[in-house]
Amino acid sequence: MDLRRFGFILLVIIVLFGVVVYIGEVKVAPIVIITSMLATTIAVATPLSLGALAGLFCERSGVVNIGIEGMMLSSAFFGWLGAIYMYHVFGFPIGVSVWSGVFFAMLSGMLMGLLLAVLSITYKVDQIIGGTVINILAVGLTGFLNRQLFFGRGSVFGGHVPNSPGVLPTIHVPITEIFSPLCGSSADCLQVVTSINKVFDQKPIAISAILLVFIAHYVIFYTRWGLRTRAVGEHPKAADTVGINVIKMRYLSVTIGGALAGLAGAYFTIESVPSFEPLLTNGRGFISLAALIFGNWTPIGAWTAALVFGASQALNINLQLFRDVIPPQLAFLQQSYVVGLVPYILTMIILTGIIGKTTPPAADGVPYEK
Amino acid sequence: MQVDTTSKSPSQGILRSALDAILIPFLAILTAVILGGIIIAVVRGNPFLAYYGLIQGSFGSAKALSETAVWATPYIFAGLAVALAFKGGLFNIGAEGQLALGAVFSALIGYALPEWLGRDIPLIIHLPLTIIIGMAAGAFWAAIVGFLKAYTGGHEVINTIMMNYIALNTISYLLNGPMKDRDPNNVIARTPLIADSARMPAIFEGFRIHWGFVLALLIALLVWWILNKTTLGFEIRTVGSNPDAAKYAGINVKRTIIITMTLSGMLAGMAGALEVTGLNFRHELGFSIGYGFDAIAIALLGKSHPLGVVLASILFAAMRNGATRMQFLTQLPVDLISVLQALILLFVAADAIIRYIYRIKSKGERVVLTRGWGG
Repeated sequence: MDLRRFGFILLVIIVLFGVVVYIGEVKVAPIVIITSMLATTIAVATPLSLGALAGLFCERSGVVNIGIEGMMLSSAFFGWLGAIYMYHVFGFPIGVSVWSGVFFAMLSGMLMGLLLAVLSITYKVDQIIGGTVINILAVGLTGFLNRQLFFGRGSVFGGHVPNSPGVLPTIHVPITEIFSPLCGSSADCLQVVTSINKVFDQKPIAISAILLVFIAHYVIFYTRWGLRTRAVGEHPKAADTVGINVIKMRYLSVTIGGALAGLAGAYFTIESVPSFEPLLTNGRGFISLAALIFGNWTPIGAWTAALVFGASQALNINLQLFRDVIPPQLAFLQQSYVVGLVPYILTMIILTGIIGKTTPPAADGVPYEK
Repeated sequence: MQVDTTSKSPSQGILRSALDAILIPFLAILTAVILGGIIIAVVRGNPFLAYYGLIQGSFGSAKALSETAVWATPYIFAGLAVALAFKGGLFNIGAEGQLALGAVFSALIGYALPEWLGRDIPLIIHLPLTIIIGMAAGAFWAAIVGFLKAYTGGHEVINTIMMNYIALNTISYLLNGPMKDRDPNNVIARTPLIADSARMPAIFEGFRIHWGFVLALLIALLVWWILNKTTLGFEIRTVGSNPDAAKYAGINVKRTIIITMTLSGMLAGMAGALEVTGLNFRHELGFSIGYGFDAIAIALLGKSHPLGVVLASILFAAMRNGATRMQFLTQLPVDLISVLQALILLFVAADAIIRYIYRIKSKGERVVLTRGWGG
C-alpha cells in the first residue's frame, strides 16, 4: 500500500465524515456523529472486505473470480434457508438455528467456489465467463427455490414465507462499564464513552471479518502455504518445477475463497436483516472486487478500500437522519441517489490508475497447462 | 453417405465447420434440458408436461409466435451487442445499463419533443429520431468505458458493471422525479406515453409483433457484413484475437477499442429504443432487469456469430414466453427458466464437459473471449 493511495483513502474518509458532521452538527454532537458513522462504516464494510478476501485467495492463486456476487447471493439465500429449516422444520432452538445458518452459508459458498474451480481449473473455461456462469446460476437458483420451496406444490411451509429465527447477537464490549466511573458526574464525558462503545459493539461476522483480514495477511505473506499460493499465481510453471501441485493449490484457494464469500453472504441474511429477497446483494460482490484491485491484491489494502466504500454507504444512511437540516447550498445531497453513486464512481476513478497503478498476480486468469 | 473427414473440398469444409459450430450448442441445450427435467422431477413436477407447456406457449399459436418474436427483438439486439464486443476482445457486461438508458432517452424524445416544439411532428421524422437518440444514449454510455479501457487500461468488465449501477440509479431518479408520468392516478415510476408519431406501426392488426423484429434480423445481417466484409470488421477481429499483432500491423488499437464499445453500446441502446417505440410506448422502472445477463448467455450460446445470436435469441425468447403456459399447466414457478438458461450457459461455456460426456474430440483450438486484468 503506497503512501499516495493511503493518503487518498484518508482524504475520502475525512470528506465523507466531514460532510455528515457539518450537516448534523446543529442536531447532534460531533462525537456522536463520528462514532455512529464509524460503527455503520465497519458494519457495511463487512461483506465488502470478506468478498475482497474471497477474491484475494482466488486471484493470488491465479484464478480470476468475478463470481463473488453470485457466491454471496446464493450463500445469503442458503444460509437463511438453512436457518429457517433448522428452526421451523427440525425444531432446533433459535441460537443453534441461527449459527447453523452461518455454516450453511459458508458451505454453499464453498460449493460455488468448487464449481468455479472445476470450470476454470479442470475444464479451463475462460475464467471471466466461469464467474458469469456462477452469477447467472445464483440468480436463477435462488429465485426458483425461493418461490418453489415456499409456494410450490407440497411445500412444507404451505404458501407463506415463515419468519427466520433471527439474526446474530451484538457482542457487547464493556467499555462504558469500565470507563464511566472515571467520568464522575460529567454528562459530556459519559456521552463520549457510550458513543465510543457503540463503535466496538459489533456483530460476530463483522468482528471476524476484521480478524480475517489480518489472518489472511499473515497466511499469504508469512507462511509456507501462502508463499506457495503466491508462487502458483505468479509463475505456475516454476512452482510446478519445484514440486508444488499447481492444480491442488488452486482448488484449495478457490474453495477457501468460496467459503469467505459465503461468510459475506451470511452477513446479509444472518447478521444484518433476517430476510431474503431476490437480488439482495445488489452489486456488492462486484464492489468487493474493485476493493481488491484498489488494495493491489493485499488483504490490508483491500480492507481499507472496503472501508472507503463502507463510509460512502454510511454517509447515505446517516444523512437520512439529517435530511431536514441539509443547508440549501448542499441541497443535492437530499437526493439519496447522488450519494448512492459515490462507490461506483470511486471504483471507476480507482481503476483509471490515477491513484497509483495496480499489479495483478502475473498468472491471474491464465489456466495452467502442463 | 460416406463423408471423408480428411477431405479438403471447400463445400464439405463449410458443412463440417457448420456442423461443428452447431453440434456443441445443441448438445449443451439437450443436456441442460435433461438436467432441468431431473430438477423438475425432484421438486415433484412433471417434466414432460412442463416442456410441453413451454413449447405450446411459445410456438403453439399465431399469438404465441407473435409474442416469441416480441421477446426475441431486444434479445437479438442485446445479444449482438455482447457478441460484437466479444469479437473485439471486450466483455460488455453493461448491455443492461446501455439498454435501459437507450429506452429512457428514446422515451424522453418520444413524449417530450412535441411539447418542446409546441407542434406535432410527422412520424417519418419523429420515429427515426426517437430510435437514434436511444442508440446514441447507449453508445455514449459504452463509449466512456471504451475510452477508459483504451487510455487508462481500466478493465471493461468492472467499468461496465459500475456503469450499470450508475445508469440504474440515475434512471430510478429520473423516473421518480423529472420524467415521472404526471397522470394523477399514476403511482408507478414510469414515463408518460410517447406520442403516436413516435410509435412503430404494427405488422399485423391485433398482434404485438412489431417492425423491430424485422429490423433486428436486418441489423444482424448488417453486423455480420461489417465484421466479415469491411476493413473495420477486420480491425475489430484482429484487435480481438491479438492486440499485439494488430498494433504491428498498423491498426490503431485504441481507436478500434473505442469504436467496438461504441457500436456495442449502440446496439444495446437500440434494443431499449425499440422496446419503447415498438412495444411499451413508455419506459417503466425495472422492465429491463436481467437483459444484460441474458444477452451474455445468448452471445455465448450463439458463439458470437450473428446468425447464432438470432437463433439463440429465439430460443431464449421462446423459453421466457412459454414460461407462463408452463406455470399454468404445472404450477412450477417461472424462475425455473432462469435455472435452465444458467445450465445451458454452463454447458456452452464449459464445452469440455459436453465433449467429455458425448465423447467428441476437440479440435485443439481455444477461442480467446476475454482477457484477465492485465490486458
